[in-house]
Amino acid sequence: MRAHENSPLKQTPLHALHLARGAKMVPFAGYDMPVQYTAGVLKEHLHTRKDAGLFDVSHMGQLVLKAKSGKVADAALALEKLVPQDIVGIAPGRQRYAQFTNNDGGLLDDLMVANFGDHLFLVVNAACKEEDEAHLRANLSDTCEIVSLADRALIALQGPKAESALANLCPDVSSMKFMDAGPRRVADIDCFVSRSGYTGEDGFEISVPADKAEALVAALLDNPDVLPIGLGARDSLRLEAGLCLYGHDIDTTTTPVEGALEWSVQKVRRSGGARAGGFPGADKILAQFTDGAARRRVGLRPDGRAPVREGASLFADATSAEPIGKVTSGGFGPSLNAPVAMGYLPTALSAVGTTVFAEVRGQRLPLKVAATPFVPNTYKR
Amino acid sequence: MTTLYTSDHEWLRIEGDVATIGITDYAQSQLGDVVFVELPKVGRSLKKAEAAAVVESVKAASDVYAPITGEVIEVNEALAAEPALVNSDAGGKAWFFKLKISDKGELGGLMDEAAYAAHTA
Repeated sequence: MRAHENSPLKQTPLHALHLARGAKMVPFAGYDMPVQYTAGVLKEHLHTRKDAGLFDVSHMGQLVLKAKSGKVADAALALEKLVPQDIVGIAPGRQRYAQFTNNDGGLLDDLMVANFGDHLFLVVNAACKEEDEAHLRANLSDTCEIVSLADRALIALQGPKAESALANLCPDVSSMKFMDAGPRRVADIDCFVSRSGYTGEDGFEISVPADKAEALVAALLDNPDVLPIGLGARDSLRLEAGLCLYGHDIDTTTTPVEGALEWSVQKVRRSGGARAGGFPGADKILAQFTDGAARRRVGLRPDGRAPVREGASLFADATSAEPIGKVTSGGFGPSLNAPVAMGYLPTALSAVGTTVFAEVRGQRLPLKVAATPFVPNTYKR
Repeated sequence: MTTLYTSDHEWLRIEGDVATIGITDYAQSQLGDVVFVELPKVGRSLKKAEAAAVVESVKAASDVYAPITGEVIEVNEALAAEPALVNSDAGGKAWFFKLKISDKGELGGLMDEAAYAAHTA
């Protein structure tokens, strides 16, 4: 995470709309962002699971990766030098979750990669976007052009009524499946739409030219099913969905195997695959696929009502002095009406159902290792 | 019966040598939806400014400090079962705990309603 404390906060193209809707604004990754609106985190969370929530995620980075040869396969092969995913295998109009790795097998960032036919479209985390762009330029400039789409806003529309709300403005989205992605005309605006998100709900992310963002959002918010949702509920929604927050649940010290992200590394990039390895830290990561890792990210359900938050130390029992792990995300899950958390434990203690203890205000509170997602996802597959 | 306030947004209702303590409506509006309240044990002796209770919203945990020195003689068990009472009735049903006041002199440093209103304006 970069230190932005001394520079003035940036604003997204929807800043005025947040203020007009009564948002409480906070600094986040160098931007002045809405943490909640007048409804508050709890109601915003529940509204998203029941109807539809609209999130401004314009602080995230949007990049185009285009091969100088003009062939998308060459851009995909180039990107495979930096990520352990099968990028070549992403079909046109499809999107995939990926991570940039470092030489120690740790994660520099996580991202979405879409195949737009003749180029790749990347969405990266706000706090990492400058470093990610520099990383791409430093490593892929010989074969690829890298373009930062800084003049585009990004909106997420999430929840069971997201499809009907967006279909009013673009009927074609109804036929999209989870992780379909590509250019679409929405309310007569040239957008990039993907059927994906960060809440565990069915929904969409919509990239829109900055100067059209307010008009598009106004059109979506005209629908009474759609409410604006702040970063507070975005965090509780993704936590219930068991999704990692970069810089917290995964970072430069955690590998994809330690982070329980094996599912995101396709066989073709693992040992014995046709394009095995060839990304930073491959030796360590591929060895962990074979031998396992010493620690593992797990879901945690505290027994009582008290939330166990990020940073709490984890212990094997109620009295032992040495911590065995740490909570990396934790809070209250409004849909579960119970506290939820994620953290790292020794792999031997990571089985679902294992009881461990967290230290909260000097007391040891019992938690159970639990399967994630905590709340079943509703993706349209 | 007098109601006094602290700069940390707690209220105290004084009846004889007993102070009933809660957080203000302003405080609950800043916290947002309360999902968990941890109360002190009955019989605990609290020093002025000591962390006495915890109130947690979806987003964050906040300490509630003892505004004065005293012994906890009763806690509001209803809050453990229904933390949202803090949002719906901060100044009434959502009292946190009652203290047997050790030193009435400490009350002199607290604000009356007009001073608290000016403090949050």
